[in-house]
Amino acid sequence: MRYKSETKIMAQDTKIDMSRSVSANRNGVEAPPARVKVKAEGVDFYYGGFHALKNVNIRIGERQVTALIGPSGCGKSTFLRTINRMNDLIDGTRLTGALTLDGRDIYDKSVDVVHLRKRVGMVFQKPNPFPMSIYDNICYGPRIHGTRGRAELDELVEASLKGAALWEEVKDKLKKSAFALSGGQQQRLCIARAIAVKPDVILMDEPCSALDPNSTFRVEELISELKEQYTIIIVTHNMQQAARVSDYTGFWLLGELKEFAPTEQLFSQPAVKETEDFVRGRFG
Amino acid sequence: MSTQNLAPETLSHDALSKRDGNLVGRQFKNNLMLGLCIVAAGIGLLSLFLVLYFLASQGLRYMSWNLFTKLPDAVEPKLGGVANSLLGTLLLLLGACLFALPIGILGGIYQLEAKGPFANLVRFMTDVLNGIPSIVIGIFVYAVWVYPVSQSNPGKGFSVFAGAFALGIMMIPLIMRTTEEMLRLVPGTMREASLGLGATRWRTMWSVVLPIAKGGVITGIMLSLARVAGETAPLLFTILGSEFYPSMQPVNFLGMSFSIPVFNEPVDALPLRVYKYASGPDTDQNNQAWATALILISLVLIFSVAARFATKSNIEEK
Repeated sequence: MRYKSETKIMAQDTKIDMSRSVSANRNGVEAPPARVKVKAEGVDFYYGGFHALKNVNIRIGERQVTALIGPSGCGKSTFLRTINRMNDLIDGTRLTGALTLDGRDIYDKSVDVVHLRKRVGMVFQKPNPFPMSIYDNICYGPRIHGTRGRAELDELVEASLKGAALWEEVKDKLKKSAFALSGGQQQRLCIARAIAVKPDVILMDEPCSALDPNSTFRVEELISELKEQYTIIIVTHNMQQAARVSDYTGFWLLGELKEFAPTEQLFSQPAVKETEDFVRGRFG
Repeated sequence: MSTQNLAPETLSHDALSKRDGNLVGRQFKNNLMLGLCIVAAGIGLLSLFLVLYFLASQGLRYMSWNLFTKLPDAVEPKLGGVANSLLGTLLLLLGACLFALPIGILGGIYQLEAKGPFANLVRFMTDVLNGIPSIVIGIFVYAVWVYPVSQSNPGKGFSVFAGAFALGIMMIPLIMRTTEEMLRLVPGTMREASLGLGATRWRTMWSVVLPIAKGGVITGIMLSLARVAGETAPLLFTILGSEFYPSMQPVNFLGMSFSIPVFNEPVDALPLRVYKYASGPDTDQNNQAWATALILISLVLIFSVAARFATKSNIEEK
């Protein structure tokens, strides 16, 4: 009960704070210096009657790592999945507002999801390699998009595995089942599989939540390398991780993007009270 | 009384048994139900064992190599065989597969993927089809195929095709159901991984989901084969029965010439042969009915065992 009344007050605070952070964005203080890759303007999202995302406005910079944090059920994963339209798989979902990739509306009727998902790759919470060989896992994406040549595929496999910092560990057992790898290796394989189709954006949905600390470290290192080439948006429950890997961080609460700022700023001097409470570990 | 006062050492035996008085009752109930379950399972197993025992003891006595290699002998039944029936059953099952496999598997995929009122209707109809007595399916095929065809084309109505059609209709709902269930078991994460890479739904189904569910789907097919292999009723109205081998016809396919069985002539089948021999007056034929039934059961057993192997290999893959 007490929590409820508190949220009410917080919600009132938020109105003011939201306008402040938005205006801060407009002033260019927090606007990403890079080119805008993904932009949401007044995005609302519904699962049937449930209003999961409320008036989301965000500009995600190209070749940066953007972290999305917030308590469970706050909508950060939902937002992530609107970017490659994975939410389309769920019945009765609906999105309003404008969500664009390179200025093109992702939800426009003319957009082919197959093409969109080729450009926006995804790495999931649990490593989910296919029950095939390591080689075939990497080739799955390129093959469905029409790459057939043996030499070309060989090259792509090597490049992707090197890109995912896995090559040295698996180069002698490419024909072995992907299930023979450890969890951390499997997750890096999934990253290699994602970059094999040469996406622009890679979405990561808590990619380290099922990994041990050492594997987590490897994946985080990898993320920092990958941002040279890719725009990375990562949902994480781990605030230290967000602080370590990301350039920008967005804090979500109850379907709203409460604050979006350079990571350092968001963690050291959050503009919104809820963000401060969250990053200080007072709730969530 | 708080639980702390009930520390075991402070309790007299009486108090203990009073407190646990219910426990004895509960344990009794537990043991009783366990016993009933074992008895029930035993009765089920016993009936199967008795059937197999009688069949084997009778069938093995009259089993002979001739049964597998010779045609029925009208003059001296003892010397004849049921080779044509065995061949006919295999042909019918092959034909039923050709017909039921694509429909069953694609239908199962549809039931898994599709939503909405029509999909629900299909699901319901599959269950209804599953429950239709096999003799009704026999009559149905007789009415829509056998009778009309024999009117215009005498001698071509009762046929391998008609029998396979009837058996296929019986297999479809079985295959559809198991296919759907097996595909449903494939983790959603596999699907997501594939779709996330830009694969279409069909591509995801074909390259990822189906291969993972392969073992289960094959098991479903094998069990449906085992189920229809012994069906007699639909065959009564569709294949007529025959005392001869199915006739063969030469075909040319991709430059190769070989012979295939003619699909539009009457044929014999094991269950039909058992029915004929067991209900006939001739003692030798009655005896051969036992042996034929044993052959039929063995065939079914082979399918069931193959189903087990298909499932097993799938588990090991995972």
